[in-house]
Amino acid sequence: MWKLSAILLATTATVAAQSPRYGVGRPPTPDEIRALGSAIAPDGTGLPEGAGTVAAGRALFAAQCERCHGPAGEGDVGARLVGGQGTLATPRPLKTVGSFWPYATTLWDYVNRAMPFDRPGLLEPSEVYAAVAFVLNLNGIIDEDRVMDAASLPKVKMPNRDGFVADPRPDIPQERRPK
Amino acid sequence: MRRIRPNRRQLLQMGAAVGGGLLAGQRALALEADPRRLGEPLGPYGERSPFEKAVRWRRESKTPETGSSFTPLHDSVGVLTPSALHYERHHSGIPTIDPASHRLVVHGLVDRPLSLSMAEIRRLPSVTRLLALECGGNSGVEWAAAGPDVQRSCGLLSGSEWTGVPVSLLLTEAGVRPGASWVIAEGADACKMMRSIPLAKAMENSLLAYGQNGEAVRPAQGYPLRLLNPGWEGNTSVKWLHSLKLTDQPYMARDETSKYSDLMPDGTARIFTYVMEAKSVITFPSGGQRLPARGLYELTGLAWSGRGRVARVEVTTDGGRTWVAADLQEPRLPLALTRFRLAWRFDGQDTRIASRAVDETGYVQPTREALVAVRGINSNYHYNGIKVWHVRADGTVTHVEA
Repeated sequence: MWKLSAILLATTATVAAQSPRYGVGRPPTPDEIRALGSAIAPDGTGLPEGAGTVAAGRALFAAQCERCHGPAGEGDVGARLVGGQGTLATPRPLKTVGSFWPYATTLWDYVNRAMPFDRPGLLEPSEVYAAVAFVLNLNGIIDEDRVMDAASLPKVKMPNRDGFVADPRPDIPQERRPK
Repeated sequence: MRRIRPNRRQLLQMGAAVGGGLLAGQRALALEADPRRLGEPLGPYGERSPFEKAVRWRRESKTPETGSSFTPLHDSVGVLTPSALHYERHHSGIPTIDPASHRLVVHGLVDRPLSLSMAEIRRLPSVTRLLALECGGNSGVEWAAAGPDVQRSCGLLSGSEWTGVPVSLLLTEAGVRPGASWVIAEGADACKMMRSIPLAKAMENSLLAYGQNGEAVRPAQGYPLRLLNPGWEGNTSVKWLHSLKLTDQPYMARDETSKYSDLMPDGTARIFTYVMEAKSVITFPSGGQRLPARGLYELTGLAWSGRGRVARVEVTTDGGRTWVAADLQEPRLPLALTRFRLAWRFDGQDTRIASRAVDETGYVQPTREALVAVRGINSNYHYNGIKVWHVRADGTVTHVEA
């Protein structure tokens, strides 16, 4: 068995365009990958098992989130989480999860990695699904009876999903004699 | 109470303890007046002179673990920022990390996932580069108003000598698989700050930096290991780096969608606006300073470009009627700060002074008006307009209201 993998390894090394030169490091342990591999892709890659309802999210929000974000997500020490749809092209744009964020998966990823502010990583996956469901519902993006999980969350279409464009810079007409 | 004649160090500490920088300075000055008194002994780790007071500035906040602190550019000389004054931007505080237990994991679309200790990373061939680092939100205040001084207007900018291992070397070691096009970089701070970096950038010139200005990277700058993306907005240079994951797509992190994207007047937002375009600012004389008398001064400032070298810096001292080329400090290194200097006679006339950088691609630093005409005033990030200072007849210098 060892011999076989050694041969396979040798074969791979021969055909690979890039081969290790310094031989540093070791394969990561499954625990390391689990601990470090929490990033969630917009297609849902990386979302764990679990599920959360809007109702569960409402209770969790009151317990963990509202002291910074306000009871209705109106913002305080923490960012405002609701409102602003239709304001992005006005002189006073209001950028919130509801009006600006292009992917619901980003909300899951950010809540999971960074919230609550003073205890990031506190929430279990189902609690994150619930908190996300509640914030999406606050913004009128999902109905009260929806359940968020690894299958349903990536399918949520955020209002500003198509609002982002590539970097066109340099974009400023060059002038030689500014006032 | 016993009378004790304090030595100089005790006096200095007393001065610092009562919070009076002036007091400490006066006492130290009084002591300096005796040139035959023995000075301080040798010491293991140096401190700056008690007469030097430049500090970072930050807004008062209920959450001091997040926010930013600004480099005192008005006191800067040369092109290096002392590590202790490098600007900061943290999202969940500065972690305390033992390098003996810190590891970097390279995983995802690679042939050989790797977990490396700091000792193994430091064993690899390294490079050292002088580089500018500028926050994507630097000068954000200028969109709607005008920063009153160069620190608050432009202080999310610093220059350091960075030492580390090219990311390309480690990715080659791990064997990038076909189909990989992005690198998801994650830090070991409490919120595990994360950004998506195009693989092409990582292979071009990104560094895994462990050294800064001749010593280990400071905790506030990512100790023991940070990513460094030369020329790009600082937020992409993920600190306390512990994970590089190769993927086939960007992960649309909060800090690349909700933040660090540029909202345009038509309601669309530009995403992945990484490059910090050419910019310059006069650091002396600048807002809040005062020229004590008429006469000849060295006007000086900093210029930089995320696209390469600074080709020239032009300065006006007559409100924009004429522009003259400033002297540029050599060597002019790509993606680094370049110091410019110009001998200038202040004749007691009220005037406006400004600088504009031109980089090696021919790009000319725009005016605020030109920027606003295209981007409006709500894009928050990536401001690189010309900064104008008002020098009054009495020598005081102020900002110019937008």
